[in-house]
Amino acid sequence: MNIIVCMKQVVDLQQIRIKRDTREPVLEGLPVLFGDMDKNALEEAVRIKEKHGAKVTVLSVGSAKLKETVLEALAMGADDASIIIDPACDGSESATTAITLAEAVKKIGSYELILVGEGSTDNYSGLTGSRLAEILGISQITYVRELTVEGNTVTAVRDLEGALEVVKTNMPVVISVTSEINKPRRAPLTQILRASRKPLNVWSLKDLGMAPDRLGSAASGIQVIGNVAPEQERKGIIFEGEVNEMVGRLVDALRKEGAIS
Amino acid sequence: MSPGILVSSERDSGIFELLTKGRELAKQLGLSISALVFGNVDDKKAQQYFEYGAHEITAIPNMDPSSLDAETYAYALFEVTKDNGQDILLISSSKLGKETAGRIAQKLQAGCATDAINLSTKDSTLVIERYSLGGNTVSTEIIKTKKKVISIMPRTFEANPAPVTGKVRTIDLKPPSQRVQVVERRKKTGEAVSIESAENLVCVGQGIVKKEDLAMINELCTALKAELGCTRALSSDFHWLSEDRMVGISGKRCKPKLHVSIGISGQIQHTVGIMSSKLIVAINKDKEAPILKIADYSIVGDLYQVIPKLTERIKSGGP
Repeated sequence: MNIIVCMKQVVDLQQIRIKRDTREPVLEGLPVLFGDMDKNALEEAVRIKEKHGAKVTVLSVGSAKLKETVLEALAMGADDASIIIDPACDGSESATTAITLAEAVKKIGSYELILVGEGSTDNYSGLTGSRLAEILGISQITYVRELTVEGNTVTAVRDLEGALEVVKTNMPVVISVTSEINKPRRAPLTQILRASRKPLNVWSLKDLGMAPDRLGSAASGIQVIGNVAPEQERKGIIFEGEVNEMVGRLVDALRKEGAIS
Repeated sequence: MSPGILVSSERDSGIFELLTKGRELAKQLGLSISALVFGNVDDKKAQQYFEYGAHEITAIPNMDPSSLDAETYAYALFEVTKDNGQDILLISSSKLGKETAGRIAQKLQAGCATDAINLSTKDSTLVIERYSLGGNTVSTEIIKTKKKVISIMPRTFEANPAPVTGKVRTIDLKPPSQRVQVVERRKKTGEAVSIESAENLVCVGQGIVKKEDLAMINELCTALKAELGCTRALSSDFHWLSEDRMVGISGKRCKPKLHVSIGISGQIQHTVGIMSSKLIVAINKDKEAPILKIADYSIVGDLYQVIPKLTERIKSGGP
């Protein structure tokens, strides 16, 4: 069985600073890593491999830093990786990324399962998996928190608002997983050392037979016209000191606000 | 049909909400507004949608909204919109709606924005706001394709009636054959809680040392008539509270009048779920915790000392 895990490289969101005057985020120089739920997807793929035997391929579109980022995924247990690095991909969004991933999936050729995270850690739009399934013309199961593979069939437990739904389908299928599905392993040191020796394909759009104008911000259906931290009009009153006094002052303030009676 | 906006949700409350916002946008953009309704629509039911300003209802009687899946939903939207001028699709961003948004966008070759938190117009263009960079920022976006698909966070807008006279179009669609088969649907265990609509909300995080200590928090909730929510760690990792109490980017988004945050450092993945609270109170022992930056009132102190006293003061109604 061949499993493809699509992963997105994102900046470390914990380290984002906001410029005080313009409220713009400072992204330059931030470390990049794979998103949390992308790691859940990879972990699940590696678990299936350990149980049933499978080849796990990591697939990602991104910047040149991807060559380093992908090593962690290989150390976590992927067998090989294909990464697409091309300046024409800059400014891509879900629609253009899905087209690129679909072409790469076709180039990889054989697959039974495609695993993705429910959403990326940064944008959380949750669109790429659905678009990819539509382009490839295969079925999709979203919000999966339990996954079982048996022969050619997958059984999945979907996490919906008020209910859990058990569904079944034949492979190939695109599966998007939630963070509840597993706890991704930390790559053992021995594997980190070995990761750089695993097969890594670095592809350009030309390698995928794609014209650059199909992609990037020009082809993107979305134009971002602003991206700033929301204005917080909070009072920012901080009580410190003796407990009874702090509680008393808070309760007084809340009564004045009409928040409590 | 004249060019227009089509709103859709598997729930009537979602349709009313989107009709309310949608008719404002339709007016500004000079468009008509209609709604797609799954299930049977008789005259009485149609009247409800006209009440919220729908010029037209497209009803699909043989598709039951309670058992709708994304593949069928996207198929229906495609069939309804492909040959007419309904270029803007507004869909409730429930889990079903969000998945459907991606599928229909791909079928229509449309640009798509999910989980919108605001919609407006500028120079006759639809402008969308949604959280970006994990909630650190709000991104303002426009969709460049002719067809536009937008899913909107549930309960973003308030539904207000503005009655019009509309008409009903009933269409017969045969759902596509199901590739994914539903074996079983079971309700989640635990009592049903809807913290999203709570007037007062208390949230707890890893400042709580052990599960038994939640009893102390529950007393405060009772005194405040508040619902209890939590961070991801407390539900998904520790299983102290059910996941329907989880607040944040992968949980619920709440907008209570009063929000009390207890023992929560304030990582953006959590705080994005409480950002719309009217008043935020934080109780944290760390003065440097990010939660203090987004709070109106903060107590810097040991929650184990503060909470019992706070509960007592609120209960007694005294100073």
